[in-house]
Amino acid sequence: MLYIACVLMGWLNVYAAVYSPETQTNLFDMSTEAGKQLMWIGTTVLLIIAILVINYRFWDTFAFVIYGITILLLLLVLVAGSNVNGSRSWFKLGAFSIQPAEFSKLGTALALARYIDYPNVNLTKLKDQLSCAGIIALPALLIIASNETGSMLVFASFIIMLYREGLPGIYPLIAIVIVALFILTLIVPKFILFGVILVLGLLVFFLTPRYQRSVQNVMIIGITAVSMIAIVAGVDFFVNSVLQKHQQNRIKVLVNPAADPLGVGWNVTQAKIAIGSGRLQGKGFLEGTQTKLDFVPAQSTDFIFCTIGEEHGFIGSAVVLIMFVFLLCRIVILAEKQRTRFARVYGYSVAGILFFHLMINIGMTIGLMPVIGIPLPFFSYGGSSLWSFSILLFIFLKLDSRRVGMFTR
Amino acid sequence: MIENRKYIVIGVFCLVGLVYLSRLFYLQILDDSYSLESSSNSIKRVIEIPYRGQIYDRNGKFMVYNTPVYDLYVTPQKVQIPDTAAFCHLLSLERTEFDSIMAAAKAHSYRKPSLFLRQLSKEDFARIQDALVDYRGFEHVTSSMRTYPAHTMANALGYVSEVSRKQLDEQETPYYRQGDYIGRSGLEEQYESVLRGQRGIKFVMQNVHGVVKGSWKDGAFDSLAIAGKNLHTGIDVEIQQYADTLMQNKVGSVVAIEPSTGQVLCMVSAPTYDPNLLSSRFFSKSYSKLAKNPYKPLINRPVMASYRPGSTFKLIQALVALQDGAVSPGSIFSHAGSPMKCHCNRSGRLNLSGAVQYSCNPYFYHVFRRLLYNNAERNTFKASAMGLHHWHDMVAKFGIGSRLGIDLPSELRGSLPDAELYDKLYGEKHWKFSTVYSLSIGEGELLISPLKMANVAAIIANRGWFYTPHIVSGIGEPGKGIDPKYLEKHDVGIDPRHFEIVAEGMQGAVEHGTTTLAAVIPGITMCGKTGTSQNKKGKDHSIFVAFAPRENPKIAIAVFVENAGWGGIAAASVASLVIEKYIKRRVDNHALDKKVKEANYLPAITPPKKPAPRKFVEPPKDSTAKPMIVKTVPAPPETHSLASRPVTTNGN
Repeated sequence: MLYIACVLMGWLNVYAAVYSPETQTNLFDMSTEAGKQLMWIGTTVLLIIAILVINYRFWDTFAFVIYGITILLLLLVLVAGSNVNGSRSWFKLGAFSIQPAEFSKLGTALALARYIDYPNVNLTKLKDQLSCAGIIALPALLIIASNETGSMLVFASFIIMLYREGLPGIYPLIAIVIVALFILTLIVPKFILFGVILVLGLLVFFLTPRYQRSVQNVMIIGITAVSMIAIVAGVDFFVNSVLQKHQQNRIKVLVNPAADPLGVGWNVTQAKIAIGSGRLQGKGFLEGTQTKLDFVPAQSTDFIFCTIGEEHGFIGSAVVLIMFVFLLCRIVILAEKQRTRFARVYGYSVAGILFFHLMINIGMTIGLMPVIGIPLPFFSYGGSSLWSFSILLFIFLKLDSRRVGMFTR
Repeated sequence: MIENRKYIVIGVFCLVGLVYLSRLFYLQILDDSYSLESSSNSIKRVIEIPYRGQIYDRNGKFMVYNTPVYDLYVTPQKVQIPDTAAFCHLLSLERTEFDSIMAAAKAHSYRKPSLFLRQLSKEDFARIQDALVDYRGFEHVTSSMRTYPAHTMANALGYVSEVSRKQLDEQETPYYRQGDYIGRSGLEEQYESVLRGQRGIKFVMQNVHGVVKGSWKDGAFDSLAIAGKNLHTGIDVEIQQYADTLMQNKVGSVVAIEPSTGQVLCMVSAPTYDPNLLSSRFFSKSYSKLAKNPYKPLINRPVMASYRPGSTFKLIQALVALQDGAVSPGSIFSHAGSPMKCHCNRSGRLNLSGAVQYSCNPYFYHVFRRLLYNNAERNTFKASAMGLHHWHDMVAKFGIGSRLGIDLPSELRGSLPDAELYDKLYGEKHWKFSTVYSLSIGEGELLISPLKMANVAAIIANRGWFYTPHIVSGIGEPGKGIDPKYLEKHDVGIDPRHFEIVAEGMQGAVEHGTTTLAAVIPGITMCGKTGTSQNKKGKDHSIFVAFAPRENPKIAIAVFVENAGWGGIAAASVASLVIEKYIKRRVDNHALDKKVKEANYLPAITPPKKPAPRKFVEPPKDSTAKPMIVKTVPAPPETHSLASRPVTTNGN
């Protein structure tokens, strides 16, 4: 099992290596960016070897320590980090930069796993829920402080793991409802939404059998309806006052991509053109015109998927997509087989993080998600993300190998 | 139960994967608008305009070539002009012109360059180049301009100008774009597809800022510009220029043809203008002046004007009648019975060639009468119709009444009446010879262009055949590639021996007959025939057709001088000088040369100030109208100012 997973990973890494040079579409800095990425891949291999050598108990034992270190790094970066694109979230080491936020996901995943591994933790209890929320919120808030909202959103992915570990289904449901309402508000006129919510509320009330119309139930229905209306009413305030200008724009573009194709809609429009122009088979390796000529911004990092879509067409992008989904399912299945809760929780965390990145990153290039600057795992250029994803994954594989070892022993 | 949640998680993963997959499918497979947008986005077609072909005369002299010129472009965003007045002065622009050009440029694009001034000459550009450094936002692009070093034959050469909106809309395969040049009128129009060459297309990739990033697919789809082919013509520029000088202060045409090939040696349309006027950046100004000029110098008279051929038509009548057997070389007719006057005073003493020599009207009255009644039909009405029909067919073989097919656009058909025309005019069987007898001496419903008369001279010179007259004798290289129809011999169906009778008369006409010795060239046997095209509104037009030498002719010519009065003297003088110049390469008859050049056949109505250049000498003449109905339109005031400025440099 480990072997297969390793082959899969090797395959993935080869893919990353193959794709990385092609992302350096600008003729002039091709050597530098491609070279850097190669170096990152090299160091990643070293890291992987190290991880596979280190005893699995290391992660179990030092989970909180690692968590602590990443929190410290996040604090440190606020003070000593260098400013990149308005985010104070990078350590500059010579020509290379490291983003602690990437590693804080790892720390948080380990810490959560360690915490939930305590035998008496029950996620249906409010106390434990709050503890978990705290573990997640601490790095998340620090990341917000460093103005890297995109990475922060990744922490929402832990909800998948928590759900698996017993968190009541109402939480993800509420989250989904809020997001849905949010989007609906932007698309549908508000008074219609108000009306629909009221009608729904009344319908639920009258369809409830008379004997169940306890004060409590009526209250629940009422509160739900009122809070939904409050959300709808609050969307404008949220969009216009809480979000920053570029974030507002990204959301507006998602709702109406044609509004300003040369201005704020540029990214998405160009990304869609690039992918759409790939057709079935793509334009061929290194033949992409849109991505090569800088029409798509950040094409080697966040919009890497455009390159795949343009040069390899539907076939290429479908293969990548299916491979990712397969990998995710594989991790979940492996996680379910773990003997220890620690390993299982960690596995689910890895799956959740990867899934979230995948969903947001590909989603934004094809116009289904707002533009959020997070990388596509294993593909995007950048050492921090490659390292952190590799570490994330291989720690899980190491944990899994122990299971297999136990099994065969 | 909680364990089952893994299925939900996996389900969510797969669901998102499926949604994305279908979205990709939609974007990449179903919706092809993106792929189109992609190419328009990043791949730009750059068009390379090839050099237009040049035009040579028969001796390899340039008639048209390309001069490098400089187009000035402006990028509004970058413009910095410290002193607009000085700038306008530098470019000799009016302030209003400057403002309107700048406004147009801004409207086109603020960031991209727009055309500011077109076709600055090398000299102009050298003058402003240094000063231009002070003005930001202007850049130049080298292009080329048509140049006519011989300053002649403007109408036959035609000109090149920007393609019109109408032409853009009407083109069958989209080739021209706004701002492209296209040949207009003359050879430039006729041979447009040859001269223009083949445009090259380069596909270049440009990045998001419009900066070119190299060729697309390494130029796999690029095509190189192929320069236009050169045209070699049969024109003799020296003769053309000489004929120009002879035709100054006159209205009319000189057309000379090399009989053995059908190549046009010269084609003068007077008044003319300097073709360079229409190739400079002052095109529109010059053009509107020429177009408004009531004398219509833009009309190419040799092919677009039609005249009654007058007595020159007797040549055809004689040939047709001989061939038909209606008369014999020895036939003698007296003046009696003819309603026509005659100046020859040789009633009853002339045979056919004598009648040609002295241009005896009554003789040809009888000839034509014989022709029409030379059939078995007893009824004179029916016989006339039959005869005219027969006559029409024979005359038509000389190219009368239809387009000869010279390689010029806008050749007119002229008119050769047939029986149907008179049936329409008078009713069937309501006309007969006595109705149409004026045809016998080239009057009546006949309309013939100077080119056709020159061709008639060539037919007689060749004793019965001709090549369709053409100007271009070679495409690409001399003698190659011309339309095969110009290499096809046309026989007019007249026995060669009949031509000797007519030629005899023509030689006599030059030496003892109607031309009063004006046309005699020492050492050259010239055969010619005068003609008078009656003009009821003004003085008659003088016509002369000739070929020389009589044996082995080298040149056939037709000269039309409008309003030069009765008889062919004016035209014959021009013709003989041109022939002498062509055959001897020099003119010995200096007295005649001087006399002709000084002759000024200005019609009664001229602008008060008599202009020195011959361009403005004539009353307006509609090209299609019969010359005899020339209208006496008073010159509008603007022509005075025009007239005071010599515009043509032709022939000087």
